[in-house]
Amino acid sequence: MIGVLSYLVFFVTVASILSIAVLGLNLQWGNTGLFNGGVVAFFGAGAYGTLILGGSPQANQLGGFELPYLLALLGGMVIAGLVAWIVGLLTLRLRHDYLAIATFGVAVAFENFMRNASWLAGGAQGIRGFERPLRDTLGNGFAYNALFLCFVLVLLIGTYLFLERLIQSPFGRLLRAIREDETAAQSLGKSPSRIRLTSFVAGSVIMGLAGGLYATFYAFISPQDVLPILTFQIWAMLIVGGAGNNKGAVMGTFLIWGAWTASGWALSRFAPLDVQLYTGSIQFVLIGFVIVGMLMWRPQGLFPEKLVVSQSARSKG
Amino acid sequence: MIQNLVDGVLVGSILSLGAIGLTMAMHMLRFANFSHAELLSIGAYVALVFDGLFAAIYPALSSAIQPLSLTWSLCAAILISMALTGLSAVLIDRLVFKRVRAKGGELSMVFASFGVAMILRNILGLIFGLNPKLYSQDIVFAIVVSRDPFLLIKPDQVFTLIAALLIMVFLHLVLSRTTFGYSLRAVAENPSLAQVSGINLDRIIVLIWLIGGGLAAAAGVFYGLTNQINPVLGRDLVLPIFAATIVGGIGSIYGAVLGGFLVGLASNLALVILPSGYSPAVPFLIILAVLIIRPHGLFGEERT
Repeated sequence: MIGVLSYLVFFVTVASILSIAVLGLNLQWGNTGLFNGGVVAFFGAGAYGTLILGGSPQANQLGGFELPYLLALLGGMVIAGLVAWIVGLLTLRLRHDYLAIATFGVAVAFENFMRNASWLAGGAQGIRGFERPLRDTLGNGFAYNALFLCFVLVLLIGTYLFLERLIQSPFGRLLRAIREDETAAQSLGKSPSRIRLTSFVAGSVIMGLAGGLYATFYAFISPQDVLPILTFQIWAMLIVGGAGNNKGAVMGTFLIWGAWTASGWALSRFAPLDVQLYTGSIQFVLIGFVIVGMLMWRPQGLFPEKLVVSQSARSKG
Repeated sequence: MIQNLVDGVLVGSILSLGAIGLTMAMHMLRFANFSHAELLSIGAYVALVFDGLFAAIYPALSSAIQPLSLTWSLCAAILISMALTGLSAVLIDRLVFKRVRAKGGELSMVFASFGVAMILRNILGLIFGLNPKLYSQDIVFAIVVSRDPFLLIKPDQVFTLIAALLIMVFLHLVLSRTTFGYSLRAVAENPSLAQVSGINLDRIIVLIWLIGGGLAAAAGVFYGLTNQINPVLGRDLVLPIFAATIVGGIGSIYGAVLGGFLVGLASNLALVILPSGYSPAVPFLIILAVLIIRPHGLFGEERT
């Protein structure tokens, strides 16, 4: 019983952390229409940032500044935001393809850099030696994980409420206006490229938060955790849930992450041994079909965005 | 240094072939196609299958054309592969991109292409296994062209470069001398006006996929001939090919050719100063440099 319960805690923790990243992507894609092909770079920047700033010093490695945990987490978010700011500044004025390609590129470069720069973050072996906060008082057992889950849930709910407030605010209306008709928004004296940059950086900071939490949860991060497949999974969660709808984003995350872990479990349990080598490939093909199928038959997702109609338009219609 | 230059030109010719198709599709259908590089993988594997098939039917074909490791059966397989890869590009467009295009915006297409790339890459892995394959098991030794500066070239590399250049010259003649070339450029300039003049847009799109797929197949085989064939070939080449289109300016075919060579050269020259582990990140640095210095590329026009 306790085994099932502790697995459940583990599952919900990871799914909630990913939900935060999906919410960040929803701000960029769902609300602003920005294609971020390198979610994993911002997720990874937050993760690496948190562990470098908050970890203990390692031999032949920069970092290990042993900052207080919350400060380290915040630092990771700032680093994610900085990376986004640079990429956004260079690409957001150009046609949309450039952002897609540049963000994809930054993710490839980030993974490659972390794999090779062993002086910075342990290279392929990743960063070890991170002391999880409050471990001395709570130990390493179930109580710790349950409490960490609560911490993650608080941040998830906080992010959710923040984004809900944001998209109902004038700024949120502006984001949708730019997404729908950039020229019209411009004619009203708004600066689309600046607003887009703000939204892009804010979304990336949220992804950085998710990355920081992920690294804290495992007390470890390596280039293996920031492979392009994670970008793809996070996108799948948003598309299935429904772009533009925060509730849908969270539901999609739990659904896809559940399906992903279940299919991995089923393959390892029931598939013959020689097929198991290809478990990853089979899962990738399945998730690929889910995505392409969704885009073809239900592009609005399971929980479509509720379009806001202004009062004057409603009375006319 | 000289070795890096020569290798760079060689890789560049492969990237150019890949970038031509990508830049045409990106210009015409207005989306960044992340699955284009998978066409190179498809081409490489289709050629592998037909190479084996021809060699089994006519064993005489399986002897190498000296001094290359290339066999007559592979030569025939390249042509078949170009045709079949072109057709699969058309098929993918019919099955996926056309429907997504009808449903949603350009950016849904970008993501659909992510999905298509994922499916293609992993299906290839499931069919052919994850281990690298080679067209020929014979070892062809590189020829020492000069000892000071030291320069090694494989005969296959010379063949690849010449073949790639010939294909590009042929494409140039088609584009500049035929009615098809004119209509293609007309559609690229102004799709609605071109349609008014009686150009069938759907047919042009099919032709673009055919050409893009065919060139990608040739690039894939050439890559397999000078390196090795594996299922992640597309994943490794997608960023350099994108970099080539951005350097050349999205939509410019001649830009893509030049961009391919520039990216190939820059990536190989970067190895003079950078440790080789960093080479996958170099295309991204090139993209950044272009975006800072000349955002619309060498031949690109300003468009939003």
